[in-house]
Amino acid sequence: MKPLRLAALLCAVSLPCAALADDILVQSTTSTANSGLYDHLLPIFAEATGIQVNVVAVGTGQAIRNARNCDGDVLLVHAKPAEEKFVADGFGASRTDLMYNDFIIVGPAADPAAVAGLDDIQPALEKIAAAQALFASRGDDSGTHKKEVSLWASTSVDPATASGDWYRETGSGMGATLNAGIGMGAYVMTDRATWISFKNKQDYKILVEGDADLFNQYGVIPVSAKKCPSVNVEGAQAFADWLLSDAGQAAIADYEVDGQQLFFPNAPD
Amino acid sequence: MQDMGEALAVAMTLVLSGDGDLVEIVGLSLRVSLTATVAACAIGLPIGALVATNRFPGRGAVLVVMNALMGLPPVVVGLIVYLHLSRAGPLGFLGLLYTPAAMIIAQTILIAPIVAALSRQVIEDMHAEYADHFSSLCLTTRQTVQALLWDARYALLTVALAGFGRAVAEVGAVMIVGGNIDHLTRVMTTAIALETSKGDLPLALGLGIVLMILALGVNALVHSLRLTAVRQAYA
Amino acid sequence: MREAIIHGPEALTEGAVPASNLLPLRVRGLCLSLGGRRILNNLDLELGPTGCTVLLGPNGAGKTQFLKLLHGLLEPDTGEIDWNGAKPAQITSRQALVFQKPVLLRRSVAANVDFVLKSRNLPRARRNALLDHVGLGDKARQPARLLSGGEAQRLALARALATEPEVLFLDEPTASLDPASVNRIEEIVLQAVRNGTRVILVTHDIGQARRLADEIVFLHGGRVAEQAAADRFFAGPRTPAARAHVSGGLVL
Repeated sequence: MKPLRLAALLCAVSLPCAALADDILVQSTTSTANSGLYDHLLPIFAEATGIQVNVVAVGTGQAIRNARNCDGDVLLVHAKPAEEKFVADGFGASRTDLMYNDFIIVGPAADPAAVAGLDDIQPALEKIAAAQALFASRGDDSGTHKKEVSLWASTSVDPATASGDWYRETGSGMGATLNAGIGMGAYVMTDRATWISFKNKQDYKILVEGDADLFNQYGVIPVSAKKCPSVNVEGAQAFADWLLSDAGQAAIADYEVDGQQLFFPNAPD
Repeated sequence: MQDMGEALAVAMTLVLSGDGDLVEIVGLSLRVSLTATVAACAIGLPIGALVATNRFPGRGAVLVVMNALMGLPPVVVGLIVYLHLSRAGPLGFLGLLYTPAAMIIAQTILIAPIVAALSRQVIEDMHAEYADHFSSLCLTTRQTVQALLWDARYALLTVALAGFGRAVAEVGAVMIVGGNIDHLTRVMTTAIALETSKGDLPLALGLGIVLMILALGVNALVHSLRLTAVRQAYA
Repeated sequence: MREAIIHGPEALTEGAVPASNLLPLRVRGLCLSLGGRRILNNLDLELGPTGCTVLLGPNGAGKTQFLKLLHGLLEPDTGEIDWNGAKPAQITSRQALVFQKPVLLRRSVAANVDFVLKSRNLPRARRNALLDHVGLGDKARQPARLLSGGEAQRLALARALATEPEVLFLDEPTASLDPASVNRIEEIVLQAVRNGTRVILVTHDIGQARRLADEIVFLHGGRVAEQAAADRFFAGPRTPAARAHVSGGLVL
């Protein structure tokens, strides 16, 4: 085939599906996507504004890196210090608290480290370490992983020394880490939204919850047109504004799986 | 093995109900991977034929590189394409990242070496058979390559099939450059990865079974074409 | 280059044509080794402008390699081949070679001829006349590789004639064919000779040599052991090796 014909073919195949100018692209953490929140929110937003939202769901660290490459119009993640640095570096127009839920520790019914019912995270982690019970960590620089590392840092244990032993870093997303952890009988720290909507729970249960340190804040950031001239500024701002509006916040609060609310809106008034 | 039974049931339900989302995902999978296969053939077949029919210094090294490139890791291809198509990358202005075109490009890069290396072998064998006749006719390189590509077409169909199989089954590259965006860049493999990460193993397996049925269909089609060709001694 | 030999179907079967200016052929001191074995050893030969020359000689005498050298498909180690001032590789396209085992493309009978015509920018309209000439007119649409041995060799002849060669090499074209097929092929070859094509044919079939040859070249020990007009040669070969070969004796 002639090169010209090849180019024409590629164009013919790709053009009808290239993102339209009105569309926006959200670089998102996985929990909001995998729990089905976007499937609930986006049709409501599209109905209200006519804007089509496309979501790339990756770990928070990856999402921020992609957005720094200007490959997105809106960033929706959960790692406040990293988000603030993103804004400080000029990539984000502004960061606003959007909603929260919390992290939990899930584990097998047998509970080899006997942490069930604890509402204090540090003793729970220390008991797991003392028992050398398996613990599956994301190990992928995601928001959840950053949170987990900071929690270990507040204990007397350095899990890095047990890496590959009882501390298992999967280097993958939340779902893959849950699958792996459940497969090997390890404790796993996960956000509640992912856990509730997760379908491969087997005999796993929530064992540790309720500590204020397990608070999980999500933020929304329109990507700055100063660093990234290609962004859809109006679309991005419209999406962020809607999420933070009464209508958007109500839509977030409405979303339930198995009768449980997954995300709790807390945008500033 | 309870999941397997459930997965089969899910797969049957999906296929029989003609689920709209499934049709869309299957359609995109086929479109992306078939287009990548055609593009990879357009690039790989002439290269394979040229290397097969010519002797030149460094040919051995070229063969080793071609064979080694058959093992390109999809994730690495995905990353390289991502870095080029990213807004911050040299080709960012094209706005192709997170579109089916990006997925086609990545899969083309992934399978073109497979097409080139396998076709080189097929064509070299045929050239050994035809060489005397062709040199007696004083054919140009272009005429030789064209004739060999045409006469080897049924064997090359199998080569293309190997490329297609690799393209349609890979997840690493399309996940990175496509982004697994619902209704835009979600294909069979990224959908399977997504359902796995949601813990919905029966649905993931069900989709996997649908993918295998698809591959089976394409293979059966090519096989029957070849059978016809063999009967006419054209293969 | 002389006028095209073939203008239409009738031209395939009749009409004398001036002799090719590729002749006379002069071969001097030709040496060729393959795989460490000396095949041709200081071979000298001269061939005149017309007729059919048959190369005889025992297996391994280097007859096939000699044809390929003359046709420009092989390079000699040393020595010179002179086609009336031209080197073999320069005039390959003015000659054609029919191989012992014809290489047929994986296409129809007609497409095999079309391929040759197209490669030379010759009109495709001539294909049917060529196929009729070799008696394959009714098999044009059939897959070439399903032809019988005799049909396959006739198709190879049609392809060779399609290029209007001034010199036609034939390398044991009737080996392992039935007598009827041998007959038809010899007919076609004789017709080509009558049309003025210079034919150089390798065969082990002494009867065929008697029927076709105007001149015999007997190769032995890597060189020309004997060259003579056919009737002269068959009346009594001069060299013992040729005598033994013709009478079916063992040549060492």
